[in-house]
Amino acid sequence: MTEFVKYSASRLKEKITQDSLTASDIASSVAVRYDKVEEKVKGFAHFNKVVLSERAKELDKKAISGALSKIPVVIKDNICVKDELTTCSSKILVGFRPPYDATVITKLKESGALLLGKSNMDEFAFGSSCETSCYAPTNNPYDTERVPGGSSGGSAALVAADETVLALGSDTGGSIRQPASLCGVVGMKPTYGRVSRYGLIAFGSSLDQIGPITKDVNDCAALLNVISGYDPMDSTSADIPVPDYMGSLVDNVKGLRIGIPKEYDTESMFFDKKVPVNETGVKIKEAIKLLKDLGAEVVDISLPHVKYAVSVYYIVGCSEASSNLARFDGVEYGYRDKEASSLIEMYKKTRGKGLGSEAKRRIILGTYTLSSGYYDAYYLKAQKVRNLIKQDFDNAFSRCDIIMTSTSPETAWPKGLKTKDPLLMYLSDIFTIPANLAGIPAISLPCGYDSQGLPVGLQFMAKYFDEELLIRAAYTYQQNAGWKRKKPEL
Amino acid sequence: MPIKKDVIRYVADLARIGLSQQEEKLFAEQLNHILAYMEQLNMLDTKDIEPMSHAVSMGNILRKDIARSPLSNDDALKNAPEREEGFFKVPKIIE
Amino acid sequence: MSHYITTIGLEIHLQLSTKTKAFCACPNSFGGEPNTFTCPVCLGLPGSLPVLNSQYLRHAIKVALALSSNVSGRMKFDRKNYFYPDLPKDYQISQYDMPLALGGHVDITDGHKTKSIGLTRVHMEEDAGKLIHDNKRASSYVDFNRTGTPLLEIVSEPDISSPEEAYRYLVTIKSILKYLDVSDCNMEEGSLRCDANISIRPKGQQELGTKVELKNLNSFKGVRDALIYEEKRQARMLLDGEVIVQQTRLWNEQKQASEPMRTKEQAHDYRYFPDPDLLPFTIDSVLVEEIRLSLPEMPEEKRERFIRDCGLSEYDASVLVSDRAMSSFFESCVKLYPEPKVIVNWLTGDIQGYLNANNIEFSNMKTTPQQLTGMIRLIDNNTISGRIAKEVLFDMLVTGNSADGIVKEKGLIQISDEGVIEQLAADVLNENPKVVDDYISGKTNALGFLVGQLMKKSKGKANPQLANQIIKKKIEQARE
Repeated sequence: MTEFVKYSASRLKEKITQDSLTASDIASSVAVRYDKVEEKVKGFAHFNKVVLSERAKELDKKAISGALSKIPVVIKDNICVKDELTTCSSKILVGFRPPYDATVITKLKESGALLLGKSNMDEFAFGSSCETSCYAPTNNPYDTERVPGGSSGGSAALVAADETVLALGSDTGGSIRQPASLCGVVGMKPTYGRVSRYGLIAFGSSLDQIGPITKDVNDCAALLNVISGYDPMDSTSADIPVPDYMGSLVDNVKGLRIGIPKEYDTESMFFDKKVPVNETGVKIKEAIKLLKDLGAEVVDISLPHVKYAVSVYYIVGCSEASSNLARFDGVEYGYRDKEASSLIEMYKKTRGKGLGSEAKRRIILGTYTLSSGYYDAYYLKAQKVRNLIKQDFDNAFSRCDIIMTSTSPETAWPKGLKTKDPLLMYLSDIFTIPANLAGIPAISLPCGYDSQGLPVGLQFMAKYFDEELLIRAAYTYQQNAGWKRKKPEL
Repeated sequence: MPIKKDVIRYVADLARIGLSQQEEKLFAEQLNHILAYMEQLNMLDTKDIEPMSHAVSMGNILRKDIARSPLSNDDALKNAPEREEGFFKVPKIIE
Repeated sequence: MSHYITTIGLEIHLQLSTKTKAFCACPNSFGGEPNTFTCPVCLGLPGSLPVLNSQYLRHAIKVALALSSNVSGRMKFDRKNYFYPDLPKDYQISQYDMPLALGGHVDITDGHKTKSIGLTRVHMEEDAGKLIHDNKRASSYVDFNRTGTPLLEIVSEPDISSPEEAYRYLVTIKSILKYLDVSDCNMEEGSLRCDANISIRPKGQQELGTKVELKNLNSFKGVRDALIYEEKRQARMLLDGEVIVQQTRLWNEQKQASEPMRTKEQAHDYRYFPDPDLLPFTIDSVLVEEIRLSLPEMPEEKRERFIRDCGLSEYDASVLVSDRAMSSFFESCVKLYPEPKVIVNWLTGDIQGYLNANNIEFSNMKTTPQQLTGMIRLIDNNTISGRIAKEVLFDMLVTGNSADGIVKEKGLIQISDEGVIEQLAADVLNENPKVVDDYISGKTNALGFLVGQLMKKSKGKANPQLANQIIKKKIEQARE
């Protein structure tokens, strides 16, 4: 049986037309692949072969001719799919089936996509390694002893392992880009407001965005086309027309000014926490040279406040999260400690037992930073520095069109290595966080492997709503990159 | 300034999270570590900088005053841990 | 109480009558089966997001303008974080440091004196759900229908100096708000809620005394009673040398006393911060002007106009404008029957009397302006007497029928047939010879008695003027 699920979406679309493939054909291919590798990858949070087969039959009956007709998509477990388990990989949402679809899901269904199931994640998106999930941690398909990155680790791993064709993730501080980088796939965080957040279970409301995780830049553009757009149900969604992102799949970077931030080259930003920038730096330099040879112009830029980004992010993100997660209290949905005899006891026991360690830690930090007496020193201060970071980008973009960095300071690390040191884990996001703070779009794409065969990712960042430029730059690199893509051996 | 266990207890109380003694101790240590790192922000003079809650400047999103069908009682209560006669049921609040 | 100065501040929560809720499109309805007017947003389901109702904003601006409050050019929403089962997100979307409007005032009149009560602010926030406690079992029940209802919080400055002033303030603010058609303003139904803060201090002391908050006030009268009680309680404590503790006390209507709230209501740390799901709002002056121009004539202006153009007394004009429905009714009547003073007398006299006695709101009165003026014309054309008219009016108010019908049905048409009256007069004179003699000997009130007897005989239907004339005539004739 041909493994359709190994194809990219564009290739599969062709195949569907050529061979008149049905959704059931494709669902079978998914099931076969799942049986072969899921035990090693553990990318899914919720997957049911019977349900999938029913869904495929339904899809064939409806015969929707949309842009993603019959294309398999995996959904991160923090995006609401009507009547299906949506748990944010957390015990506290055990059994929760939302009575509504997230807006992006409505759009996917209208485009005829075949939804496969929910992918594993760090609990409530709190993490960079997929190890805080209440289910088993997901493994990196390139080395199952290592992490896939997080928090959209499941989505990235499933795409890399060819258990799906497309995936949706969410990105608050790098949660799409960093796992995409560690798993050797493409991942994009759109401009804040480009994609509706309605139905995305919130972590950091002013930072979160849903985005595509795909096998190549072409698929990224196709998926971005479907999920983007103004949503009247989301007050933070932008009323700006959606261009056809496929039109940006153009092999041309002549005259493109690529800004390289000097702060990301030195170790000064890490203060006393020395995070090694190993072979990733080498691969990025190779990529820069390639683009220069293709006619791009390299410009030195400075983002002077970017070294404060992690601090700002954790204050703002945890403050917002502490408020967003207050609703998980056992009253209306999810887990409830039934032994509690009073309301307060019920709250405390439900949240004490239902929330994982990292979730509790972030909620406590966020509650502290908003509390009376500390609000000015932490939350207010962080929001001011956030403004400085945004201004850094505004200034930089007056001198360049696109900014380029490594996505992650390192390649995939061994499971358990950073779990005892929260701060060390937080610093994994040092390159990705600034884009969330500023709200600008960013993409991560594979740029080679390190000496251990682990994927390295490079990141492009662009101005607000300039996803088209991101796609063009990424596509050009993809079409001209000399190195050979290597699928994981599973 | 380093946080002591009793501050963790107070904050956990505000957040309605029941912590074990061990957790209180662990979190105090870890939070202190994290907050110490964040002290770096105090090196910046932000006296004349405006705080920013959103990086993008959209605004004034409103909707028309037109009703839409609400959820059925069944759908609203679908996920309720405990329900009775159309209500969500919770342990009594001690008055 | 003369040793002490009382300081009172009132906080009003007003439920606005928009078609949909503050941040979602659920119907904004009263009553209904539990949890049938909810959606993912007002239920606080994970992933839901708020979107502000444009009509809520317009109503809010209307109220701010009517209360002379300064509408902010920029406002935002903040989250007020606390845990309670009637609060689905465990935070309330409210406004903290950049509210809808700041300042303002409400002018209360006491006879001829006017006092301006300052307002601190007017802000927008969503309502919580309803909690029902079951005393027999260890459970409470939550209904989220009311969650997300649009509210306005109106905070007064501590300018109120007595429970009576507090009452006047509430009556006045209600009459202003009813003119705007933005809320039912009904305390008994819950569309207007009020909490009070009161402190007292010895005369001569500059510093305000300790503030006590009063909750569970269910009527304007209740507010006044609770404040009177609290004033006395605090005065007694101070006289006894006791210290007044800052606390929240619940008013117990049955016991007519306030009791400290026993829930451990330690000072909440609400951790206010700007709601990241709602971007700041710029309220442009063009919109504010448009709303200002659309405001109906406010009670003050109307009162002046009634005095000036209709020649009404200050008292009458004030009574009329205190109730929007009444002043509207008055104006409709005057259009049909241009004698304002006559209309006012009926409104403030018999009609108001009936409505008060039966606890009916003017707006729920059955009688229409056409019916009232119709009745007055029946008096004018002598179909009925003024006395009979009162009886007819009572029937009109009870049944909602018009005068014509009632008069015919009850056979109340005034007797103006001189022949009939002559006969009745003859009978009266025959039956009361002594009284006739009294009248002849100069006792003028005897005439009144005789006329009264004739009226009685005619069951009140005789035309009183004719009755009077004819009796006098007959007595004169008899003397000749």
